[in-house]
Amino acid sequence: MKELIKELTEAYGPSGREETVRKVIEDKIKPMVDKMEVDSLGNLIARKKGPGKRVMLAAHMDELGLMVTYIDKNGFLRFSNVGGISPHILLGERVVFANGAVGTIGCEKIESMKDLNFQKLYIDIGASEQKEAEDQVKIGDIAVYQRGFQDLGRRIISKSLDDRVGCAVLIQALKEIESPVNDLFFVFTVQEEVGVRGARTSAYRIKPDYGLAVDVTRTGDTPESETMAVALGKGPTVKVKDTLIITHPKVKKIMVDAAERTGIPYQLEVLERGGTDSGAIHLSREGVPSGVMSIPCRYIHTPSEMVDYDDVLNGVKLLKSILETPLD
Amino acid sequence: MLLKTLSESSGVSGGEQEIRNIIRQQVSPHVEEAETDVLGNLIVRKKGEKEGPTLMIVTHMDEVGMIVVGFEKSGLIKFSKVGGIDDRVLVSKVVQIGPQKIPGVIGAKAIHLQKPEERKKSIKIDDMYIDIGAGSREEAEKKVKLGDYISFITRFEEIGDHCAKGKALDNRVGCAVLIEILKKQNYPYSFYGVFTVQEEVGMRGAGAAAYRIKPDLALVVEGTTAADVVEVKKEGHVTTLGKGPALTIMDASVITHRGMVQFLKKLAEQNGIPYQIRRFTGAGTDAGRIALTREGVPSAVVSVPCRYIHNPAGILNLKDMENTVKLVDAFLKNLPEGGFNNEGTD
Repeated sequence: MKELIKELTEAYGPSGREETVRKVIEDKIKPMVDKMEVDSLGNLIARKKGPGKRVMLAAHMDELGLMVTYIDKNGFLRFSNVGGISPHILLGERVVFANGAVGTIGCEKIESMKDLNFQKLYIDIGASEQKEAEDQVKIGDIAVYQRGFQDLGRRIISKSLDDRVGCAVLIQALKEIESPVNDLFFVFTVQEEVGVRGARTSAYRIKPDYGLAVDVTRTGDTPESETMAVALGKGPTVKVKDTLIITHPKVKKIMVDAAERTGIPYQLEVLERGGTDSGAIHLSREGVPSGVMSIPCRYIHTPSEMVDYDDVLNGVKLLKSILETPLD
Repeated sequence: MLLKTLSESSGVSGGEQEIRNIIRQQVSPHVEEAETDVLGNLIVRKKGEKEGPTLMIVTHMDEVGMIVVGFEKSGLIKFSKVGGIDDRVLVSKVVQIGPQKIPGVIGAKAIHLQKPEERKKSIKIDDMYIDIGAGSREEAEKKVKLGDYISFITRFEEIGDHCAKGKALDNRVGCAVLIEILKKQNYPYSFYGVFTVQEEVGMRGAGAAAYRIKPDLALVVEGTTAADVVEVKKEGHVTTLGKGPALTIMDASVITHRGMVQFLKKLAEQNGIPYQIRRFTGAGTDAGRIALTREGVPSAVVSVPCRYIHNPAGILNLKDMENTVKLVDAFLKNLPEGGFNNEGTD
């Protein structure tokens, strides 16, 4: 799966501009699904028919970005964030636009790091005047982190593992499930990072009986980190609660039972700040019992996110085991 | 001028009757149907030569303002804000209260009564009151009721170089644009015009209207921030007065449909209409709600730049308004029969 994760994470796809990632996924899953469509917001909805309940699986395609808001006479670009980015991690960072234009992020003179904010930062794409910059980049264009996939053996570092690793888990499960027990809708969603938007409209369209998001979650296993009972390498998580959802007890039981039945390591997850697509799915129409399976991930929303490859492989196994459960 | 009437009318979020009636009178002779939904949105249907994609053009009627929350024994009135207003702009403004438009002044302790340290701080709304000249609580309650809406009294005037000043330009300018459009004839396809309520308190009317209409696409017409003033560096201007309608790529509520935005840009260029890109990703509009209604609705936003929005008086450029009418007109005349697909391209 590492090749797949590499291809997905290195693709360009900030919120609202997911088409490159979508194309990669479409090509991979087309032979394996019964029906595939793209809705009006750009969600990719792939159905693998089965006799049981309608189950919506969601992994978001979008990543964080920086949108150009102004180009000055010397060709420097001002920007604002698309999704939750801290200005501190941008210092010295390289970014790339959809057309391949690359820039580095510079900072105005500041007295103290406390004064650092987006207004002090700019992107330098190597242009020396406005016209030269505008030939490459327009106002409203979005840049993403320029960082390659790095295989450390057991662990992986890359940009946008949030949530391309979730996309990879869905694709892999889709490949391995031949005749599903339930009626499966694999949804690769848009605009999660700006407010779980794609999941909301796709859930309305699908009318699922159950919802499950596959996303990343933070960990508490790094030096002096905030307390959190999730660590890398101890298995995918069964979410209990985050800011947007309280996992439906029935769904939590299905997930835990699936893990224990097949002997897959798992962790229970309570995320104090943050939410995923399930936050939108479970409130769709009359309500949808929903949950989340997370892949533990360090340094989320930075250019170098880290996951444990065993957690990814176990994530695929757990997802398959969940989906093999006869649901009522 | 129509914008004068609209600007000088009252319509604080949740209390849009007056402005709705004015708009209804303006548009009724020119549309096929006009009805008010349960939340108070005015939904009109304009007949075209044939039926195309279900399109709604949306603009909100409501304005930021205040509401009566209590009376002092002395007859002074306590109030709260409705929508986003800076406390610091309130003191000593002239306002009108309720359906009877009872005039009053927002009062606070006068300068010669303030202690030196009080003068250094801005006065908070809790320390303000509205004075309608009543001598007692009983007298005040005869004229004003709890829950009455309060709006600023600001005379609309054309000033300077093609500019106008007035209150509630956000979003009476959007209403003026849509009314102008509805008065025109011979559009190829039928469409809905929607004047929404309660945008300023969380885009509430738009969601209900979109749920009802089930549009294939939506175009929102707004008055947006222009921060092209001295204390703001150029990169923070958001939009600039006089440079034409602003197109939104993204704000805090929506990422607009790229195909629609490209189409609007192309139309502007082909028709010699100046336009600008809104250079800010904050704040929100009705498009945020509409785009996520049901299975999702491709949406775009066209805005008229306005300085000092959410204040008792703002300024806009009337040429920007005219150019916005031209752009929306061109949009309707050239709308592709199949609407927009989800593969918008750069």
